[in-house]
Amino acid sequence: MTEPTRSLETAANPQGLRRIVIDPVSRVEGHGKVTLLLDDQQRLQQVRLHIVEFRGFEQFIVGRPYWEVPVMVQRLCGICPVSHHLAASKALDRVVGGWPVPVAADRIRRLMHHGQIVQSHALHFFHLSSPDLLFGFDADLAQRNIVGVAMAHPEAARQGVLLRKFGQEVIRITSGKRVHGTGSVPGGMNRAVAREDRDVLRAQLPEVLGWAEAAVDLAQRLHTGLPPAYEHFAETPAAMMSLVGPGGAMALYDGALRLRESDGRIAVDGLQDQRYRELIDEAVKPWTYMKFPYRRALGPEAGWYRVGPLARIQNCDHIPTPRAEARRQAFIAAHGGRPVHAVLATHWARMIELLHGVEMVAQLLDDPVILGGPLQATGERQRSGVGVIEAPRGTLIHEYEVGDDDLVKSCNLIVSTTHNNQAMNEAVRSVALRYLDGQTITEPLLNHIEVAIRAYDPCLSCATHALGQMPLSVTLRDARGEVLDHVLRSSTGETQRGATPHPMERAQ
Amino acid sequence: MKTDVPPLLVLAWGNPSRGDDALGPLLAERLQGHAQAAPLTQRLEVLTDFQLQVEHALDLAGRERVLFVDAANGLDQAFLARPVHPARGGGIGSHALAPEAVLQVYQDLHGQPPPPATLLAVRASAFELGAAPGTEALADLELAFAWACRWLSGEHIAQEVPA
Repeated sequence: MTEPTRSLETAANPQGLRRIVIDPVSRVEGHGKVTLLLDDQQRLQQVRLHIVEFRGFEQFIVGRPYWEVPVMVQRLCGICPVSHHLAASKALDRVVGGWPVPVAADRIRRLMHHGQIVQSHALHFFHLSSPDLLFGFDADLAQRNIVGVAMAHPEAARQGVLLRKFGQEVIRITSGKRVHGTGSVPGGMNRAVAREDRDVLRAQLPEVLGWAEAAVDLAQRLHTGLPPAYEHFAETPAAMMSLVGPGGAMALYDGALRLRESDGRIAVDGLQDQRYRELIDEAVKPWTYMKFPYRRALGPEAGWYRVGPLARIQNCDHIPTPRAEARRQAFIAAHGGRPVHAVLATHWARMIELLHGVEMVAQLLDDPVILGGPLQATGERQRSGVGVIEAPRGTLIHEYEVGDDDLVKSCNLIVSTTHNNQAMNEAVRSVALRYLDGQTITEPLLNHIEVAIRAYDPCLSCATHALGQMPLSVTLRDARGEVLDHVLRSSTGETQRGATPHPMERAQ
Repeated sequence: MKTDVPPLLVLAWGNPSRGDDALGPLLAERLQGHAQAAPLTQRLEVLTDFQLQVEHALDLAGRERVLFVDAANGLDQAFLARPVHPARGGGIGSHALAPEAVLQVYQDLHGQPPPPATLLAVRASAFELGAAPGTEALADLELAFAWACRWLSGEHIAQEVPA
């Protein structure tokens, strides 16, 4: 069963321990840092996941002309640039008085967005999740990766790569380029879909739909085949937030905010995205750069929640495409209709969304409106606007205020990984409580921490990914702040044990 | 194997708005210009992306040679060029693959070895959002660019080359 973890955020007796300060310079060591503090009895007193790359987003944008923003925000994240592109566009639609955008622009944007969902979810599952599930958490790192999948299950691996490629082609025909597209603009789109491009993708749909169905089959089979010991792995009961559409339908591009309690009761429903600040606020904690969003009604300590596939698939009342809806019902039935908070179920939920994404792409490619017609709308200017979208990893919020000089005066971005900050910390605490044994960071502990973080696929590498970066570092300190063990793991799976923590990560 | 693609592929990655992380795309841009002047346009394709991913294995098909280009943190020289071979690797997130892993994906998908590949790593040290590449990084880029031009002409395609 789930063990209590909340108390491990901050030690009860901090004066007897030592506080770790993460300086920006130490970012070169690892994108994600886990620090574990023991007391004199070698019991865990504090566990924290530090994600240190989310600095400077707002400063990057403030002072720029608003029309540049949908393009430049793509540089915030290399893995889901389309989500930023569209969230910024939706917010600035309000500013230029172009909301709602013309129907052709709306459909093309939806097509682009669902292409992004398909390519991102395919990458996550086949690259990250399926190796863990196929080979076990403690399998050799040389096997527990996409190339391990390719070797053991070559057809599944091939379909994963081609699914991702298909999603990227959808993005290309709607945004104009494979990366850094410019298709969406405040008030609409600047291009329609070319008929020949549409026809090429339509011809691939029967095969792609088959691959997506097979991906759900595989995810379901792997999940239901997990050993009983992993049934509650890193389980963190949490409220669930997402957009939903009319009738409670899953809505990944646009909708109203819904928040469901961890026991399944709906707490907030139908909240217009422009009013998101009435629902959530953000807390700052001294030990990390990343903020902690929380429900205003409950406060920073109790108000945290989860976003992303596992939340979305349970928050909606139905999925508005038949194949994915049948799979959602199977997911719900497999869990006895009870809310699911075990993070490994995220992978199954993610594949159901992938199938939904392909079905949506099929529907939208069949709509002739994507081939032309009015693409941009204008109207009375507003000073500010909010754009909310369901990015692959969860709810993404962009908010801008624009001055009379057309320059952005302020902005606020809440990305999916930030929404999940507390949930990820809780998951890591749950793993540390169960798998820390003694005064060393064992391979099983390291592997299980990685598996828990991977379920959320946080944007650890949004910023940089230069050769030589170490994506994860784990440090274990005793009650006097002395380092008992320190481990770095590289993006190629190499583990450096016994390394010295970066000197700027100093005790205070 | 595809036969309708240029035989030389330069695949560079990095975030153009993250300081020295832009070195890969900048070098790719320079090589594209060099190829047009040379002229090597028919023999070269230049691709850039934010990071290396599984689908880039599909871009390797039909090539004679491949040059991977990225910024490298912690190098003690201006650049390093070395051959890369298929190898398996893991990682904590889905954001990037190592060049070796992309080559391995190619091999597993196609059932044959990938084309000969070289990694050109350019020294980098600062990655602040919104910052331009540093002066030292740009100087290192010049040296790496000169080496890459020789790679295009067929020199230095296998051996490790210190600056």
